Amino acid sequence: MAVNIRELSKKHIPFTGGHRLCAGCGASIAVRQMLAAADDPVVAGVATGCLEVATTIYPYTSWETPLIHNAFENVAATISGAEAAYRALRAQGKVEKEIKFMAFGGDGGTYDIGLQSLSGAMERGHNMVYVCYDNGAYMNTGIQRSSATPMGADTSTSPAGKKIPGKPGHRKNLTAIVAAHNIPYVAQSTPAHWRDLVLKTKKALTVEGPAFINVLATCPRGWRIPDDATISTLRLATDTCFWPLFEVEDGEYSINYRPREKKPIEEWMKPQGRFRHLFREENKHLLEEIQEEVDRNWNHLRRLARDEVE
Amino acid sequence: MSLAQQSGENRMALTGNEAVAYAMKQVNPDVVAAYPITPQTEIVQIFSSYVADGEVDTVFERVESEHSAMSAVVGAAAAGARSMTATSANGLALMWEILYIAASNRLPIVMPVVNRALSGPINIHCDHSDSMGARDSGWIQLYSENAQEAYDNTIQAIRIAEHADVELPVMVCQDGFIISHALDNLYGLDDETIRAFIGTRIPRYSLLDVENPATFGPLDLQDWYFEHKRQQAEGMKNALDVIPAVAKEFAELTGREYGFFEEYRADDADVVMVVLGSTAGTAKDVVDAMRADGHKGGILKLRVFRPLPAAQLVRALQGKKVAAIMDRAESFAASGGPVYKEIRSAIFDCEQAPMTSNYIYGLGGRDIRPEHIREVFNQNLSAAETGHIDTPVRYLGVRE
Repeated sequence: MAVNIRELSKKHIPFTGGHRLCAGCGASIAVRQMLAAADDPVVAGVATGCLEVATTIYPYTSWETPLIHNAFENVAATISGAEAAYRALRAQGKVEKEIKFMAFGGDGGTYDIGLQSLSGAMERGHNMVYVCYDNGAYMNTGIQRSSATPMGADTSTSPAGKKIPGKPGHRKNLTAIVAAHNIPYVAQSTPAHWRDLVLKTKKALTVEGPAFINVLATCPRGWRIPDDATISTLRLATDTCFWPLFEVEDGEYSINYRPREKKPIEEWMKPQGRFRHLFREENKHLLEEIQEEVDRNWNHLRRLARDEVE
Repeated sequence: MSLAQQSGENRMALTGNEAVAYAMKQVNPDVVAAYPITPQTEIVQIFSSYVADGEVDTVFERVESEHSAMSAVVGAAAAGARSMTATSANGLALMWEILYIAASNRLPIVMPVVNRALSGPINIHCDHSDSMGARDSGWIQLYSENAQEAYDNTIQAIRIAEHADVELPVMVCQDGFIISHALDNLYGLDDETIRAFIGTRIPRYSLLDVENPATFGPLDLQDWYFEHKRQQAEGMKNALDVIPAVAKEFAELTGREYGFFEEYRADDADVVMVVLGSTAGTAKDVVDAMRADGHKGGILKLRVFRPLPAAQLVRALQGKKVAAIMDRAESFAASGGPVYKEIRSAIFDCEQAPMTSNYIYGLGGRDIRPEHIREVFNQNLSAAETGHIDTPVRYLGVRE
């Protein structure tokens, strides 16, 4: 499978501009890249969240492909129902076209409130791609912590206070949880790595059965970074191995990007206002703890991918 | 020879659950997504066998919760599929959020509800607290007295839900265990007749119509939300015309007539008991016995609770002395149950409105016996004579 940017750039992407997502939002960039990867028509679902509220304000819609928004925690179940309808109506000869099904949810709608719905849909084996755009908090409603929020981040429900320095505890490893469903395809990517994301989307749309892609997406408001720092911040996430690019194909792990020089996690954290308090002297031990967690996860992933671990 | 026999209907002995599962088989929906819960479980099990034996074309999704069951049928119905699920009690409660979304998206989902007490305390037996709690969710609600009515209502519900003037989901309620698990005699139509009666669903919009992409469930703010709710209310109002029209066609096939409600010996009655579901059967027996003793009692068995046929209720109840209104659900309003409130409100403005009394009964499957029904009639026949009701809201058959 190859990806050609010249051809991609000529493609009509059924997701228009003019929506109300913030400048620099990682979600809209990811959605455009992923829709560009599809060669067949896509029926999309979206969980309640930034992507939904900013792209479907009645009577307007940014979606030039069929879209359903149901509720916050059930985009996986909703798209699984649409996919079931497709199988039923296709078997009856009422629909002839090849159609793909994609569900989009933020980390709140996926890691937290939508986890059961996601797990059920993955287990049942629907031919669908679930995309989590993970920006690490409930951004739509004002930056409340989720189980995807990195340790130490200052959010409106885990504020960096006098006693508690931001979000306690590490993130949930959702990609591993979904991989444990033994579905044909699971991957991590970011829109800063467009070739990686487009290729992975193509693979996810091609496999028979469920696929899951966890996409790290910036939120300039929540991360407190400038609008034009989206791509550089996402690159630092992979260069520090906070967010490794990898895929799990029929249970086989492979790492898609190995930084030439693994950067310290501080380089990813420093430009982000949500971590500013961690750079105070009294919180230095937290930075060490976060680095240890990144290293542990990276080494674990390398073992899974049968990489040599130093 | 009854019309049922003339039309070649099959006489069957089925429980309420079996009757509804059989109706679902004959409907042959495109998609069913369901999760088992007592006392609805048998519907899911029996339907699973139909699927396993290839007796239906349905794509059947055994989802991981009722929330996902309702979410999946919303997705399926939005994709143009005729879609069904079934549930009870806590399962219905878990669907709650999506019930409203199904209705507001105008999706014609049909859902048998096997009525069971809503926790807590946990109890698996019949009362109407589950579906009564969902009465304002935008679903049409049909209640059934026995397996025959559960079967007939399920078939008619497809036509009502999908009617272009309605496009709303329908709950077909039957009493848990009392109907769902009791063997009953009923007539059933053959598959061809049912399929001709229900036709195929022609959706106004579909997710699978990729040439004409539509956005379902958009964010609807101050600018349009109210208009859409107003249209939804109009759909419910239109159901007041569609429900009798569908019933009329059904009666032509079967001879079984269905109104918004059934009046039993109510014409000249002094006291009319308003009641839903299986209790109506017991009450009819009691009325017959009382009539033999010269006491003028009658029954109004409400079949359609949503939409509430207010004008028809006024016509039926005006001039009566007392309406004794039975609630198999407590609404904790400290002023009576939901059916009581609705009926009382509907008849408030009618000339010669009857006095009303309310009986909350049978919660958590507490048996309702002929002597309880007779007690209600006796109290209200006395009230009819004195022209006065001492205690408007009473609890029937409970230790106090």
